[in-house]
Amino acid sequence: MILSGSEIVMECLIREGVEVMFGYPGGAILPTYDAMTKYPQLRHILVRHEQGASHMADGYARATGKVGVAIATSGPGATNLVTGIATAMMDSSPIVCITGQVPRGAIGSDAFQECDITGITIPVTKHNYLVSDVRELPYIIKEAFHIARTGRPGPVLIDIPKDIQTEKIEFVYPEGEITLPGYNPPKHASEEQIADALELIKQAKKPVILAGHGITVSGASQELQELAERAGIPVTLTLLGKGAMPEGHPLTVGMMGMHGAAACNFAIQEADLLIALGMRFDDRVTGNLKTYSPNSKKIHVDIDPSEINKNVKVDVGIAGDVRTVLRQLLPSVPSKTHGEWIGKIRDWQEDGDERDILHADSQGKLLGAQVINDLWKFTGGDAITVSDVGQHQMLEAQYYPHKRPKSMLTSGGLGTMGFGFPAALGAKVGMPDEEVWAIVGDGGFQMTLCELATAKQENIKVNIAILNNAFLGMVRQWQEFFYEERYQATPMFNPDFVKLAEAYGIPAMRVTSREQIEESVEFARQHDGPVLIEYAIEKEEIVYPMVPAGADLHNMIRRPKPGEVQA
Amino acid sequence: MTQNGKQTLSALVENKPGVLNRVVSMLRRRNFNVDSLTVGRTANPFVSRMTIVVDQTRGSGKRIASNLFKLVNVIDVKVISDELHVSRDLALIKVRSDDAESRNALTLICERFPARIIDIGPAVAIVEITAQEDIVEAMIKELEPIGIVEMVRTGVVAMGRGVRIMEADDYRPAVEAIKEDSGSYQVYGV
Ligand SMILES: Cc1ncc(C[n+]2csc(CCOP(=O)(O)OP(=O)(O)O)c2C)c(N)n1
Repeated sequence: MILSGSEIVMECLIREGVEVMFGYPGGAILPTYDAMTKYPQLRHILVRHEQGASHMADGYARATGKVGVAIATSGPGATNLVTGIATAMMDSSPIVCITGQVPRGAIGSDAFQECDITGITIPVTKHNYLVSDVRELPYIIKEAFHIARTGRPGPVLIDIPKDIQTEKIEFVYPEGEITLPGYNPPKHASEEQIADALELIKQAKKPVILAGHGITVSGASQELQELAERAGIPVTLTLLGKGAMPEGHPLTVGMMGMHGAAACNFAIQEADLLIALGMRFDDRVTGNLKTYSPNSKKIHVDIDPSEINKNVKVDVGIAGDVRTVLRQLLPSVPSKTHGEWIGKIRDWQEDGDERDILHADSQGKLLGAQVINDLWKFTGGDAITVSDVGQHQMLEAQYYPHKRPKSMLTSGGLGTMGFGFPAALGAKVGMPDEEVWAIVGDGGFQMTLCELATAKQENIKVNIAILNNAFLGMVRQWQEFFYEERYQATPMFNPDFVKLAEAYGIPAMRVTSREQIEESVEFARQHDGPVLIEYAIEKEEIVYPMVPAGADLHNMIRRPKPGEVQA
Repeated sequence: MTQNGKQTLSALVENKPGVLNRVVSMLRRRNFNVDSLTVGRTANPFVSRMTIVVDQTRGSGKRIASNLFKLVNVIDVKVISDELHVSRDLALIKVRSDDAESRNALTLICERFPARIIDIGPAVAIVEITAQEDIVEAMIKELEPIGIVEMVRTGVVAMGRGVRIMEADDYRPAVEAIKEDSGSYQVYGV
């Protein structure tokens, strides 16, 4: 079969099981867009900004576990993808980005819309390619998908010069396994490592499991639950670990870290054994490393060998796939209960900061925490929520318990404002039968709200919940705590979001009281296209508890008790 | 096995454009401190070999090795300074030689080191030394009083002793087979 480079791209994408691409055309990628006309089975979703394309591909990947695909032209098209690529890199999300490049003969000449996108993205991709010969193309695409989805997943970029897109050759697909000599992600633990880990588990009196995104990525939720139940070990979750173990399970304590549940942070600090599974001891979960969980032995399982002993020195470090390793471990895990230890954690939970506010009289104000918790209630806790970055993100993590993996998507590692809405669109495209809510702040939403047009054009049913506090809320909170309430550049003028949505032909509603929340969920469900709901929330809400950056994990700023005067 | 807080790593990498850039970019991004980095061919035309000397105050050899290993184009990595090994650094040193005293001193120093004078004129001479890094350093110290005019060094190359420990003899990228079979490559009407 004689095919052009562009047609080869399409053939290869189909063989990788791709169903949808998120992209934006331009000169250097036009041959590939033209080839799309011959492959109608590949759905293309036209975004309004390439950052949206990489976030949508990322959201699609996180919700489905499949590789998301973004496509853009050279130069500015390619650079616009970068924020989304870096976001996917930090959260180990498998996406493949295809960019057009100026023709080979023009590379290096500062040609129109030339940009060294492979150079730019070396530090933010798992791997990237500049195609230099059309014959390489099928190999490169096959390798790219393999690299993106295996091991520790991540973004891969393929830059294709325009003349390669138009060159025609006899297409031969490289069947068979890929062999990359320098790419062998670890899988199993050694027998010795398993024995060492078991010994620590047997001896432990106050063990805690720290479950991260790796549990979701490797599909190890069941194994995690089995380990926790068999050995009676309480489970704490990272932000991206939410959903790895059902919240509401008696052994799930909650989220750890900067805005984590106090009980989790106390438990970690007092533990005599930490079992870290598919997480990487980010500074947002450890606080001050010098005082972090000082009396515990530590077991760390992660697929990325460079994560072991990176931030926290561990006693047993296992580079391997967490599901495989848990399966190796489980048959010999002793049956234990740790009643006293769990009792102590329950006592800490009783004194949680989250609980009080839900039942508090908000004196007519609409509180973000209550909005999120009511959304949880009225969606039955079954929705896929995609949050942006800020206070609403932390409130989502605190007040929307999740039951299953891949139901809570958010930008954790990079903390990318503007991620939530486009990622929610990608998630909905990948999971059309799920109810998808984008939970965003008024600040972050305005970074990528141009995708309202995409949602409308493609009729992607995402419910957008804007928690509008007319502030860059999280930054305002830091200013209140650490900069003596000097609110520099955080108050926001905002458009009328309801009218804005209506301008796009998107039904919208404004909610100003708690009583309307149930109605707003019904309103959202009435329409089969995208819906926007603005929750006009209290302006100066604070997310408690909070571990100030770099502080000891147990030194949290707690919610003042009723009647207590805030210092 | 480590000398003055330094560690030596050997890496086999694919001989492809941009691989050096990837390695250097990673070292910079991770804030590792590179003392020297050399790269050259191996017996296999598709594979190059790097020797990297790093200051381990900013990351242990192991950590750097595991980060190098993550790069898809890096085939194998060893922290060579953890094992028995030999290492060599080559320096060309241009020294003042404009009087009898300097020329005599130069000759005497070269006798005591694995070094030789490879060029000499009325004003300056060039000395070549190939030796372990610390020996090169020692000789430089002795040459200083004579007057060093300029100097160039290759950076360290190193190899483990005894049975070969690093090889990628038969590695050949799959696409090469197709490229060599020129019959199958025909461009049809671009
Ligand atoms: C792209 C980007 N720029 C800046 C920041 C820093 N930042 C973190 S949270 C935040 C405020 C977010 O405000 P908003 O979207 O209104 O959400 P809120 O905190 O009020 O819920 C800012 C500016 C960021 N995370 N990402």
